[in-house]
Amino acid sequence: MTTQLGGSASRALPATDPGRGSEPAHRKERSVSAFGLAVKIVLLGLLVSFSVWAAFPLIAGEHWVGLGILVAATALLLYAYLTPRHIPAKYLLPGTVFLVIFQLFPVLYTASTAFTNFGDGHRGSKQDAVVAIQTASVTQVPGSTEYALSIATTGDPATGPIVFLITDPASKKVSVGDGFGLKELPAGDVTVTSSGKVTAARGYTVLNVGQASARSKEITEFVVPTAGGAIRSTGLSRAYEGKAGRVYDAATDSIRDTTSGKVWKADESLGAFVASDGEKLAQGWKVNVGFANFTRALTDDSISGPFLGTLVWNFVFAICSTGFTFLLGMFIAVALHSSRVRFRNLYRILLVLPYAMPSFAMLLVWRDMFNTDFGLINNLLGIHTNWFGGAMTARIAVILVQLWLGYPYMFLVCTGALQAIPGELVDATKVDGASPWKGFRAVTLPLLMIALTPLLISSFAFNFNNFNAIWLTTEGAPFPADNLTNGATDLLITYTYRLAFGASGAQYGFAAAISIFIFLIVAVVSTISFRRTRHQEEVYS
Amino acid sequence: MTQVGWRHLVAVLGVVFAIIPLLFVLSAALNPLGTLSSTELLPTGASTENFSKLFGSTGFPYWFVNSVVIAGVAASASVFLSALAAYAFSRRRFAGRRVGLMSLLLIQMFPQFLAVVAIFLMFSTITDLWPAFGFNTWWGMIFLYLGGALGVNTWLMKGFYDTIPKELDESAYVDGATHSQIFFKILLPLIAPILAVTGLLAFIGTINEFLIANVFLTEGTSKTLAVGLYGLIAGSRDTNFGMFCAGTLLTAIPTVGVFMYLQRYIVEGLSAGAVKG
Repeated sequence: MTTQLGGSASRALPATDPGRGSEPAHRKERSVSAFGLAVKIVLLGLLVSFSVWAAFPLIAGEHWVGLGILVAATALLLYAYLTPRHIPAKYLLPGTVFLVIFQLFPVLYTASTAFTNFGDGHRGSKQDAVVAIQTASVTQVPGSTEYALSIATTGDPATGPIVFLITDPASKKVSVGDGFGLKELPAGDVTVTSSGKVTAARGYTVLNVGQASARSKEITEFVVPTAGGAIRSTGLSRAYEGKAGRVYDAATDSIRDTTSGKVWKADESLGAFVASDGEKLAQGWKVNVGFANFTRALTDDSISGPFLGTLVWNFVFAICSTGFTFLLGMFIAVALHSSRVRFRNLYRILLVLPYAMPSFAMLLVWRDMFNTDFGLINNLLGIHTNWFGGAMTARIAVILVQLWLGYPYMFLVCTGALQAIPGELVDATKVDGASPWKGFRAVTLPLLMIALTPLLISSFAFNFNNFNAIWLTTEGAPFPADNLTNGATDLLITYTYRLAFGASGAQYGFAAAISIFIFLIVAVVSTISFRRTRHQEEVYS
Repeated sequence: MTQVGWRHLVAVLGVVFAIIPLLFVLSAALNPLGTLSSTELLPTGASTENFSKLFGSTGFPYWFVNSVVIAGVAASASVFLSALAAYAFSRRRFAGRRVGLMSLLLIQMFPQFLAVVAIFLMFSTITDLWPAFGFNTWWGMIFLYLGGALGVNTWLMKGFYDTIPKELDESAYVDGATHSQIFFKILLPLIAPILAVTGLLAFIGTINEFLIANVFLTEGTSKTLAVGLYGLIAGSRDTNFGMFCAGTLLTAIPTVGVFMYLQRYIVEGLSAGAVKG
């Protein structure tokens, strides 16, 4: 008797129904089919073997937290599908697992960076910043030690991480140097030529000249930090130990330039070393900055002004994109909603064609159709407009593109919704003597709106963040001469993208703060509209 | 007569608007010169040179297969996952049901691709540990897209389930069916129209997804059509335009195929899903 009665269906039924008690035993026995059982066993078997397979790299890499999560998740899944209880969970878990790992976790991580200064120059810990500043200032000074150098890797010669194998000229001892420092290798593990060059080392692949010169840029930038400076390469077979021109002093928590004597003190609130004259070293570290990113978006004049302008345009864009496509789609759908129109199916197929085309490609094609010199639009109209050169024309252009991409979908949806409206209702208005237009206004349109408002809201939310529509056509252009980060057609999302990954240096923390603003705006607008829809539905139905 | 005449006029104007860019693409694809500046609205020549160049000198066949496999598997799997979840939301009453439904909507409203830094860092670790699911793999990309499986689709489907009378599954329950039999044998066939619509939307969405794929698929043969075709004209826009348009036309084929295959459900599903969305 393992039957679990749960959910509305079972609650609607008394467990033992005296009036129909002829076959109570039959009713309580849920017949689990052999096929269903087999599927379940196979799937759970796959789950377990997948977890076992996934556990090996975790154990090898000593990721104990990850292993714990894996074991816990597997146990939870097995429990959910082996007990007869928790029926909703059985249906929700598969999607939820993916949602949590690939959506919720990245979003939460991103949101948490909104409170930091994470970005170019502020990526790692303070320790990393100190090492980077010191090694970057390393110069070859007279008398610095020269080493024979071999370049090796622990992985694939073309892509594996680079290490330096160097031989001390005095002691002939071989050491391996990576990004963290030097480590001596046992003499038995290496083969060294008389000139001191390492030709083989256990556990490492020594690169030949061709392989090494293919990666010469990486090798030139590679540094091995040492106590007083760092080891760098000169060419592919020599290395030197240079002295750091800038040294960190733990006692005063500051960086000192050994030649000029200038001092930069660590500022924990900024995550950077700052000199008394206000100069900041480029290399800083990641710190918590509280709400600074949020207040900066609202109070910094160079940002808040363009930001508000972008916000207004963003609304105009989303409303026009959704509204115009809906109006055009509905208009054509209404026009074709009459059995007296011949070739209706042909029209429909042709009208839906844009919807079938890949939108990313068509956006790029449209960009070329707006080309000033040989674009199709100018050719057809016989004009010479620089569409993406002016703010107004660029905005008209992107909305026109949205209209083309979007109205076939609205046409389809409206066609469907129109068919769901009973014809008698419309006929009744005719009997009452109303004009077709009045009948449409009073009966068809309200019913259409009830059916389509949820779709219009989600279309609005989609267009509000329609990254491709702008990025693949104008890239936000035209830009004002004095502000290259915020163009006339930029949406908040493209603006944010440029902040996060733009050429002027990545500002993930600030970009994340803006995306939280975007999220709040869209959430508020959608919630209000959904509320209003509810009311509407009550009024009309 | 005028009552029908205006309808034809509207339809013809609508069709003209729809067709012009498509004619332009077709003309560019057939244009033997294959440059943007030499392309006219109507085809001036007919050559398959752009197509053969596309197959001969680029990774197009790989991109095509990658796109179809990734979008096909991701769309079907995500439809199945949201059908499962929507069943629970529509037919079962449990603690956290309302909260769950609301949070699905809310999570969707966060601009997900801004999490691309987090996704990148996450997949760097995954690539180290399990290369089979890392960057440049089908599985990694599909799993990533499945993160968005629950969401708007679940809402649409829940609305559709709600229109199916509860008495139907209740009577099956009386007859001794298990919840999984009710789901697979009774409800799943009945919600076919909305499965078709969400499947089509998911397929189109995935095949058009550019940004995350661009970060995720960097090796030549692992790219999707969006990433590959974009790369084709990123450098030399004018000269590769013909090849690009040829690729665009070919990219439409899987979408049209899915559309044709699902067509009989689509209009019904769109309207019915919309009514109770």
